[in-house]
Amino acid sequence: MYNSIVLVKQVPDTANISGNVMREDGTVNRAKLPAIFNHEDRVALELALQVKDKFGGTVTALTMGPPRASDILRECLYMGTDRVYLISDRKFAGADTLATSYVLSETIRKIGNYDFIFAGRQAIDGDTAQVGPQTAEKLGIPQITYAEELIDLHDGKVRVKRKIDGGFEILESSLPVLLTVMKDAAVPRPYSAKRIMAFKSAKSLMELEKLVEGNSLLYIDKLVDEYKSRSLYIPTLTMDDLRLDADRCGINGSPTKVYKIESVVLAGGEHTLIEPTKAGLSALIGKLMEDHIFG
Amino acid sequence: MSTFANEVWVFVEQRDGKPADVSFELLSKGHKLAAGMNGLLKSVVMGDGVKDIASETFRFGADECLLIDHPDLKNYKTLPYSRILIELVRKYTPRIVLFGATVIGRDLAPRVASNTRSGMTADCTDLQISDVEYLRTKYQNLLLQIRPAFGGNIIATIITPNNPTQMATVREGVMEMHPVERQREMKITEIPYVPVDSDKLVTIIEQYREESKVNLKAAPIIVSGGYGLGTKQNFQLIHDLAHAIGGEVAGSRAAVDAGFIPPERQVGQTGVTVRPKLYIAVGISGAIQHRAGMQEAKKIIAINSDPDAPIFQVSHYGIVGDAMDILPKFIEAYKNKLK
Repeated sequence: MYNSIVLVKQVPDTANISGNVMREDGTVNRAKLPAIFNHEDRVALELALQVKDKFGGTVTALTMGPPRASDILRECLYMGTDRVYLISDRKFAGADTLATSYVLSETIRKIGNYDFIFAGRQAIDGDTAQVGPQTAEKLGIPQITYAEELIDLHDGKVRVKRKIDGGFEILESSLPVLLTVMKDAAVPRPYSAKRIMAFKSAKSLMELEKLVEGNSLLYIDKLVDEYKSRSLYIPTLTMDDLRLDADRCGINGSPTKVYKIESVVLAGGEHTLIEPTKAGLSALIGKLMEDHIFG
Repeated sequence: MSTFANEVWVFVEQRDGKPADVSFELLSKGHKLAAGMNGLLKSVVMGDGVKDIASETFRFGADECLLIDHPDLKNYKTLPYSRILIELVRKYTPRIVLFGATVIGRDLAPRVASNTRSGMTADCTDLQISDVEYLRTKYQNLLLQIRPAFGGNIIATIITPNNPTQMATVREGVMEMHPVERQREMKITEIPYVPVDSDKLVTIIEQYREESKVNLKAAPIIVSGGYGLGTKQNFQLIHDLAHAIGGEVAGSRAAVDAGFIPPERQVGQTGVTVRPKLYIAVGISGAIQHRAGMQEAKKIIAINSDPDAPIFQVSHYGIVGDAMDILPKFIEAYKNKLK
């Protein structure tokens, strides 16, 4: 039996940025971006589920993010996750990777009793790949980043194939260990229809609060109890729930600050247009040969 | 303010006892940054029998080398390497620590930053020293960590105003390698390695590495394809053109993600930065992350069906049209010229 914790993140779909996402001043309107489950995190979850399928144990998924991040927690439930937690608080806003890893590591400490922490190698919105190692360091456990394959697991030791510059290596680690996984490490399973039916109305505290706002007949505590009794409550942890140090959360706990943001202005753009014809291309090639670019 | 050591450190990485180019590139940059803040540049070298690498760092401007040389440190391992570096950073509090954005650098740097609560920025495309006014407070000689962000629609300048140590990773090729004209007298400080139990929690069972056959940085001509080519079959035309004109094949991140080419051939912020004589960009729209990796090419030809694609703005020659039609004509025209 092995217990796994999986770190997942909802990310803006940066590959599909359309016109109206950019404001006039060149800044990004995050609210308009479609939000998706970071793919490598989904792969991480799949690996955790495979460990559970083979050896037994539990899988718990955590995400820190705004209330709408509970979307991906429902997706985790559809895939077979036993427990999910939404870590959400306005006081977490503006967190850089250090503040994020502080909150995640403290949450993991409180959950406790884990053998594995799985996370995607990096999230597509920042590509930093920092939160995994930063969390492992704070927990004082080993890490294997860039994991490509979980080769073997027995007697409390795991063997993992990982990418290195120019090749690969196979490492053996004691448990607990934090793994960050590459996109090809596993193929995420599809959602189970049964689990979609079971969990599609699972709701976080913030989502239940929204229901209450629009209906004077509902009381939040009662609603939470009701959802809990139907196993549809997504536990929601705030800074106070976790008894965190406010100076280490959100913007206060983030040593890096954005000093300046410039929208990308393209310089001049004085290029010579070449006709896409044989004659045009031939003339261009001739010019490049003259300039000793070719040959 | 000067409770911090006025020092720039570069973690010098080695694989199989060979130093990584990116480390020397960073020393070259670190040399300039140190000059900009009237500070010192120190190289940190770890490995087994790596005194030669320690000496070599002085060619790129190191004022001092911190050397940890021990058989247990032959291969990079997260736990001993990060523990040693954490102890050094805690003891000396350097102002800046730079790492290559390699697998090793990206595994090591965040652990050190996490433990020492340092600010850390990944994949910087430029680093500068500057006085800064931030929230009505003036700071002297801060490190400006500049990188494209958010799908490349913006360029962000990140600072770490209030913490002692500022850390950054930089991809290979972004900074240029320059041996210094007059190197300092070598000062190598050996730091003893004292193993602890946790160093052995992870062991290397097997390691396989081969010299990369791909050397985009050294290629005078690069033909690069993007997502616009649509399929891997169509991408074959990039190989055909490169073959015909004696160039190397490369691609954008989208082309790598789509599986058209392997990641070691990716040009851009999260790939390699290149400065060839000729760069031909085919079906690449030209997001800033890509441009960051190729805009210093001497001549740039862009081929794209969208006349408004941003890639044209950094090009010297633009050809609007269908690559499937243009590339065969290009190859034919080139062959005819050679006759």
